[in-house]
Amino acid sequence: MSAATALKSTAPKLKTSAMIASFADPGQKTASAPFGHALVKAAQENDNIVGLTADLGKYTDMHIFAQAFPERFFQMGMAEQLLFGAAAGFAETGLVPFASTYSVFAARRAYDFLCLDSAEPNLNVNIVGGLPGLTTGYGPSHQATEDMAIFRGMPNLTIVDPCDSIDIEQAVPQLAASEGPTYLRLLRGNVPTVLDEYGYTFELGKAKVLRGGNDVVFISSGLMTMRALQAAKALAEHNVDVAVVHTPTIKPFDAATVLAEINTDRLAVTLENHSVIGGLFETVASAVVAAGLGKRVVPVALPDQFLDAGALPTLHERYGLSVQKIVAKVLAELG
Amino acid sequence: MTSTKEAQMTVTQETMAITTTGRVDDVSAAAYRIRHHALNMGEVQGQGYVGQALGAADMLAAVYADQLRFQAADPEWEGRDRFLLSTGHYAIGHYAALAEAGIVPVEELETYGSDDSRLPMSGMSTYTPGMEISGGSLGHGLTIAVGMALGLRYQGSEARVYNFLSDGELDEGSTWEAAMGAHHHQLGNLTAMVDINALQADGKTDTVLRTEPVTEKWESFGWYTQRVDGNNMADLLLAFDNAAAQAATVGRPSVILCDTKVGRGVPLLEEREKAHFMRIEEHEWQLCREQLTAGYEGKAKR
Repeated sequence: MSAATALKSTAPKLKTSAMIASFADPGQKTASAPFGHALVKAAQENDNIVGLTADLGKYTDMHIFAQAFPERFFQMGMAEQLLFGAAAGFAETGLVPFASTYSVFAARRAYDFLCLDSAEPNLNVNIVGGLPGLTTGYGPSHQATEDMAIFRGMPNLTIVDPCDSIDIEQAVPQLAASEGPTYLRLLRGNVPTVLDEYGYTFELGKAKVLRGGNDVVFISSGLMTMRALQAAKALAEHNVDVAVVHTPTIKPFDAATVLAEINTDRLAVTLENHSVIGGLFETVASAVVAAGLGKRVVPVALPDQFLDAGALPTLHERYGLSVQKIVAKVLAELG
Repeated sequence: MTSTKEAQMTVTQETMAITTTGRVDDVSAAAYRIRHHALNMGEVQGQGYVGQALGAADMLAAVYADQLRFQAADPEWEGRDRFLLSTGHYAIGHYAALAEAGIVPVEELETYGSDDSRLPMSGMSTYTPGMEISGGSLGHGLTIAVGMALGLRYQGSEARVYNFLSDGELDEGSTWEAAMGAHHHQLGNLTAMVDINALQADGKTDTVLRTEPVTEKWESFGWYTQRVDGNNMADLLLAFDNAAAQAATVGRPSVILCDTKVGRGVPLLEEREKAHFMRIEEHEWQLCREQLTAGYEGKAKR
């Protein structure tokens, strides 16, 4: 073994622990705990808002609300079925609960308690799920790669996949004001601020064209809209002109806006921080088919498999969510 | 901590007093009418959870004819006590109780389980006035009750929350999540009532999943626990009185464990092989009603 090889093999590798749930680029503008602060602000204006969590207040930014309104915060313990059942009970008394846990537990563990206790009676219960898609390197126990696939089949449920701190800040009061149950794919901690540069405002149920482009149209949600915008800039250097359409509301889906953008000669690409099964790609694909458009749609999404543990940048590169991988895929598609 | 033994001792001392007030007779009469309604509804369907309705009729009567604060003309009245039926299939008994309470017209009961009826086979809040939650997926009721009790307390309401659950629901882990939560939050405005008929879908409870010792379980979860004969009206009322006496905005949640008999009040059904979904032949419905009435009138005369 040469000295160079030995050195290479002992070089430090990226660590999972340093990267949990942080996907901000170095030096990027961020906002701290936007969900917690937005909930406090909404609660100052709406006395009926209460906050609940299942032993994950600190990890879902709910602790900000708990500090501001201790008498309006209810700790349910590590008991997600109780969390969702109790949230329905609060709503039955006229209050507007926001209940936080991780997306994996919300979707996989306590589904029945959201479905029957809140969705069936169409109660204003707002579920906030941390670590959606691939936003942690902890492996399948924590990676909610199929949460939207699970939730999309639930009648009455609104699903929101925000891109950044702007989306979250503006979505929270609208979720509180909307009838019926909602599910917010939470981005927590230091969350990038991206959309302020695009004259953008969040409107529940609406898709927004963030930038135009003649060659390719990206349809994206969640943090992948940030990557889509970055990839669009990178592709411009290859003389590829890319439009970006952000669809933070996955259900009900703004098919009209999206189909108008897709029904062109441009290459259509969906980008999502979610399994290729049951998320944005299939939402778009079904809208395209139902409208009778004979249009190919290319997915950028997580593969249908249990993902590896590791550092987030490593995993995003491995599973095709990085800007570099998006650019390569688009260039390959364009031949 | 008031032990279950003490509570049982008070039962024997005070049963006499309650009997003499005429309350027991009044509520027993309501229970009789609830059973009668349930048989009529069962006949319309030709089947149904009649056995459970008959077994739980005394519990339902104690709640609706004696304990619950409600306004029949305004089922959504804000100050009402909430009665949450977890066991959706007991809806037949609950509809009968709602009719007895004047919330649902008696003549509407014959629509039970029919297309477009407000009274579906499994109880749902979205269909029926006075039905607070959509039950049926077992183990949900107590979790909702915890949130409701917290929400009412937070808003300064004096209303109390009752959750009716079955011993089969004690199999569900969520019931115990809620039991812990209610104690942790000191929900003195919450009363659970458990119908222990020792029977579930696949057979006797002790052959499906042993839930005993039930009393000790609830006590160890920090609840004010009483166990009574759920078909003895004097004992039931006393237990509810005890629960009401210690109810508080902040305090121990209360549970009344009620041992009941499937088919109670109709000897033909009491003696039939116990089944979750009891089959009753067409010609037997009238016989059931006659036995119910004979038993009730015989008891009333005594």
